[in-house]
Amino acid sequence: MDAALNSLVERVRKAASDRQPLCIRGGGTKDFYGNAPRGEVLDSCVLRGVVAYEPSELVITALAGTPLAELEAVLAAKGQMLPFEPPHFGEDATVGGCIAAGLAGPRRASYGTTYGGVRDFVLGARLLDGRGNLLTFGGQVMKNVAGYDMARTLAGSLGTLGVIVEVSLKVLPRPVAEMTLGFEMDATQALARSNEWGGLPLPITASAWWEGRLALRLAGAPAALAAGRARLGGDAIDGSAFWHSVREQRHAFFAGDAPLWRLSLPSTAGPTGLPGPQLIEWGGALRWTRSTLPADEIRARARALGGHATLFRGGDRSSGVFTTPSPAMLAIQRRLKAEFDPAGIFNPGRMYPEF
Amino acid sequence: MNAAAQLEHRIDAACRDALLERLRAILNPDSLLVDEEDTRPYECDGLTLHRQLPMVVALPETEAQVVSILKACHELRVPVVPRGAGTGLSGGALPHASGLLLSLARFNRILELNVLARSATVQPGVRNLAISEAAAPHRLYYAPDPSSQIACTIGGNVAENAGGVHCLKYGLTLHNVMRVRGLTMDGEAVEFGGHALDAPGLDLLPLVVGSEGMLAVVTEVTVKLVPTPQLARCIMASFADVEDAGNAVAALIAAGIIPAGLEMLDQAASRLVEPFAHAGYDLDAAAVLLCESDGTSEEVEDEISRMSEVLRVAGATKLRISTSEAERQRFWAGRKNAFPAAGRASPAYYCMDGTIPRKHLGTMLKAIQAMEAKYRLGCPNVFHAGDGNLHPLILFDDADPDSVARAEALGAEILEESVRLGGTITGEHGVGVEKLDQMCAQFDAPTLEAFFAVKRAFDPAGLLNPGKVVPTLHRCAELGGMRVHAGEEKFPDLPRF
Repeated sequence: MDAALNSLVERVRKAASDRQPLCIRGGGTKDFYGNAPRGEVLDSCVLRGVVAYEPSELVITALAGTPLAELEAVLAAKGQMLPFEPPHFGEDATVGGCIAAGLAGPRRASYGTTYGGVRDFVLGARLLDGRGNLLTFGGQVMKNVAGYDMARTLAGSLGTLGVIVEVSLKVLPRPVAEMTLGFEMDATQALARSNEWGGLPLPITASAWWEGRLALRLAGAPAALAAGRARLGGDAIDGSAFWHSVREQRHAFFAGDAPLWRLSLPSTAGPTGLPGPQLIEWGGALRWTRSTLPADEIRARARALGGHATLFRGGDRSSGVFTTPSPAMLAIQRRLKAEFDPAGIFNPGRMYPEF
Repeated sequence: MNAAAQLEHRIDAACRDALLERLRAILNPDSLLVDEEDTRPYECDGLTLHRQLPMVVALPETEAQVVSILKACHELRVPVVPRGAGTGLSGGALPHASGLLLSLARFNRILELNVLARSATVQPGVRNLAISEAAAPHRLYYAPDPSSQIACTIGGNVAENAGGVHCLKYGLTLHNVMRVRGLTMDGEAVEFGGHALDAPGLDLLPLVVGSEGMLAVVTEVTVKLVPTPQLARCIMASFADVEDAGNAVAALIAAGIIPAGLEMLDQAASRLVEPFAHAGYDLDAAAVLLCESDGTSEEVEDEISRMSEVLRVAGATKLRISTSEAERQRFWAGRKNAFPAAGRASPAYYCMDGTIPRKHLGTMLKAIQAMEAKYRLGCPNVFHAGDGNLHPLILFDDADPDSVARAEALGAEILEESVRLGGTITGEHGVGVEKLDQMCAQFDAPTLEAFFAVKRAFDPAGLLNPGKVVPTLHRCAELGGMRVHAGEEKFPDLPRF
């Protein structure tokens, strides 16, 4: 492993001195995400394996190129899981790619704050920066405020700050039982109900509305699920295949070539009013939309509702797929990028044209 | 006074006059403190071992005033130290001798309580507990509950990524904050996070949370509120040996249980707090574990019975389960009053904050016992056991310089032992000025340099709360304890791969 890491270090140093762009790549399952990859491929799969895992510590440490499926199997064998339920988008998905993409699945917006997004469960990371330095942020413990929390900032950074070498993640026990309930209702009702129910002490761990039907997932002790069902009503439906299809975007909503937009909004934002099919997740905070409207119109609508829009798949990607932050925010991000990657070699353009 | 010092002094005096003139145009006279008798209360925060009078104290009331103050200080190159309630324990709000102490105490309004969205937008000077009190009629609350929650402010909680006794299940401040509005040192407003669950671009919210006031001055915070559980019950378990108690913690988690709270007190801590709090602790036990379950009544009933079984198997000598809310509160009263009890039992106490992997709790306790003998000081221990976060309370005499020196040395040794066991020097109190030296033990030179890089990205002039959190490489080299990269050995940390 020293040899593999050493060769990556040499490669990064040479690329920095040659100003040669590098495209950091694990399994390549998320090549579609973000702006088009550019540069020579730097394969992170050479860094592979679970480094440390002790179930009673609720922490797993793995090298970036470890297949996500392998890591999840190791956890499942001990009755544990990644709390953010990440999408794989293919068999070859890696841990490093999962962190760099920063995408969470259906469990993102659960009751309370037990679960959350990718960054909420990153405890530590090793990063190879643009000078070829190996940096160690965070650690393997739950609470840690020593130094700035760069490890969590790597979640969703799309490889723009460096090569993620290793990550330590907080994990949680798998729920004792799960149950999925179905309700007939329109989108407006679904948004209202999801927010009302989110304020009740009910163990809701996922929601998805599509074509007049809302599905809710509850997780916990069987007695709590029964009590939840008594309170909420609805029909019990078979959930496991359904939630998997939503997470992996194999659900019928995601079929076809129409541009797929991801609108991240306050859960209480009203209906977007955008024409085209819609699938609503995260209790209203995530609105998947198939729309051929011009990007500016969709972004303006998302902004007016208090959020932002990403062209997730397909469509005209020439003007960039992400929403640009405010000038003051962008100035900080640009300086941070320049500090960690002074030669601008890591995944140039993947996040913004100017990165 | 040598020539260089005289020059610096002259610059400071001229600079001070220019600054005061600018500040008088921004603030009312009662919002600007210059005389020593007025600035004295700001000379330290909760870490009273370090004291420094600020050049001037500003108490603005509006964001526009803070913008103007920051712009003036930025132009005149005057350091700014933000401060909330001043309850911090690591000297993060220690003033700068030639700087401005920026108190955000008057930013004390709850701006919005959005029941449907389960969020509250508040000013940074709002007290932690005031948020839960305001949300209570809607059966919602703000989950992080540091022991100082009646006094500490949300701005300070953001600065330190404060925790509390419910972190294992409900997370830290970071997990409960959606959005922070802040001002950078040049007076520019920036929003981190947002009302949605993510924001475009790099996620800088985790950098700002826990940044100890070094990256931005917080002017607004939007927090998540969570539904108040229908029921909470607490088990008080006695153990004859601290290692058994530590193993019980691991056994609970291995059984797939995430307690809402999981705290440990050693015998010295129980005996310290019992006369004060009358919590009913078992004073013969080597360790007392408080293990809480919350949720629906069905969930709690199920979980309490599973927890009890695990604790019995793990060797608990006695179990008491709270049968009423009053009894549950009493169980917690002892733990939450550990600090005041220490203050009553000793002329002074020094609270440490290392975090270690839970499996080493027993080892750590035995190591601390040895240190008590070595330094001739008592050190009762209270732990956030679920998180592996230690709060040893070093009892010393602040009127005796030798006792102070021994207390500081004992504290440093505990932190270094935390790093050696694979943990960290601070779980929730921050580095501040207190743990600068121990940062050299925890991080290597390139990583410390990366922290400076983060600081430069937010504050290129280096004027916001300077000198805290990240030690200079020079300081570390002088200490000699730093893990400097040797000439040929490129990756001294790599053997663990």
